[in-house]
Amino acid sequence: MASQLNFKELQELAAEILGIDPDQVQMDKSFQRDLAADSLDLVELIAAIEDKYDVELPDSELENMKVIGDLWKFLEQKTAERLEA
Amino acid sequence: MAITTSYRTRSDAVPLRSFKAKGRPSAIAGVGVHAPEKVITNLDLEKMMDTSDKWITERTGIRRRHIAEPGTTTFELATGAARSALKAAGIAAKDLDMILVGTSSPDGPFPSVACRVQNELDAPGAVAWDTLAACTSFVYALSIADSFIATERADTVLVIGAEVLSRMLDYSDRGTAVIFGDGAGAAVVRAAPKGAGFLSWCLGSDGRGYAQVTCGNIEKGAYAAKDTQPFIDMVGPDVFKFAVDIFIRQATEVCQTAGVALDDIDLWVPHQANFRIIDAAARRIGLPMERVAVNIDEYGNTSSASIPLALEEAVRKGRVKSGDHVLLAGFGSGLTWGATLMKWA
Repeated sequence: MASQLNFKELQELAAEILGIDPDQVQMDKSFQRDLAADSLDLVELIAAIEDKYDVELPDSELENMKVIGDLWKFLEQKTAERLEA
Repeated sequence: MAITTSYRTRSDAVPLRSFKAKGRPSAIAGVGVHAPEKVITNLDLEKMMDTSDKWITERTGIRRRHIAEPGTTTFELATGAARSALKAAGIAAKDLDMILVGTSSPDGPFPSVACRVQNELDAPGAVAWDTLAACTSFVYALSIADSFIATERADTVLVIGAEVLSRMLDYSDRGTAVIFGDGAGAAVVRAAPKGAGFLSWCLGSDGRGYAQVTCGNIEKGAYAAKDTQPFIDMVGPDVFKFAVDIFIRQATEVCQTAGVALDDIDLWVPHQANFRIIDAAARRIGLPMERVAVNIDEYGNTSSASIPLALEEAVRKGRVKSGDHVLLAGFGSGLTWGATLMKWA
């Protein structure tokens, strides 16, 4: 079952995969510049998010994910779509 | 640390096929390897192209790779591995019923590498052929060996994974040139007592992903044309995602089919494509790295040779004992994948 959307959970998941402190994971932080995440880190994080929140991020959208906020917005949107359905 | 979220299958993923081993059981009786002596380190590559030791190590886990001298053939490496596997198994070449070589870098379209190995070993009468499934070739070939032994059409089969990939590398492409290496590994597979050896298999292919890893101009059939050099080309992030995915699904499938818990895997020998893929999958499967065979730092990605190279090292270092559950799992261009769970004889 899909988990309820919770930013703290996203922080913890991202921190675990990127090997950083959860507090560093903030909306305006850039994956590449601020969190030193390379393309493979991002793919791994997205795979974990897909599992945890039962969503799917098309590969084509991957390059639009620049900051944590982009990922959060995507998750919010998916959650809203699910509530409407 | 294991990531504890439950695993979710992507909507476009194909259902997996898995089989419980049937008929007469078969098991690996001995393994052997042969790698070229020449080693190219990341520091050597720094001098050849715009890359760095740090970049390569962080993204792939590779520090060195063995590279064949120009003119070295795939069948020479294959024969070296074959001889050492026969010795380890205590089998004479004349007792072989089949010789199967998994390779994506044969020395020519024909004859097969397997027939040249047969000639070198002086094992006339054995059936010999090559299996091409990119990095999955070794597992596919093992599954053929198991099938022939199960149906009593063969008693003793030599399975080899051998590659000289360096001749397919474009040294101006730092995305691929740093990854691949050369080498060979072999296993002697023999009929085994009930309850030992291969327990289950998961094999599959998904041609929708054919363009993710290619070699040469496949749309023009230019592999053999004189004016084209066939180079390996790869869509990195797509392969990464597929690979982690298929590693997790295959492990789950073969274990379920054999009735063995994931926790009871004593050693996982994954195809050594990228340390990050292995690490990501191991964490999701819940396997600590002490139970994963990794030697990509030494060899890079040697395609069909990587699983036997890693298995032989684990056996030599005493990491595998009789009765252990050993999981072999590969994936590669095609797309293809294959895994088997065995009880070490």
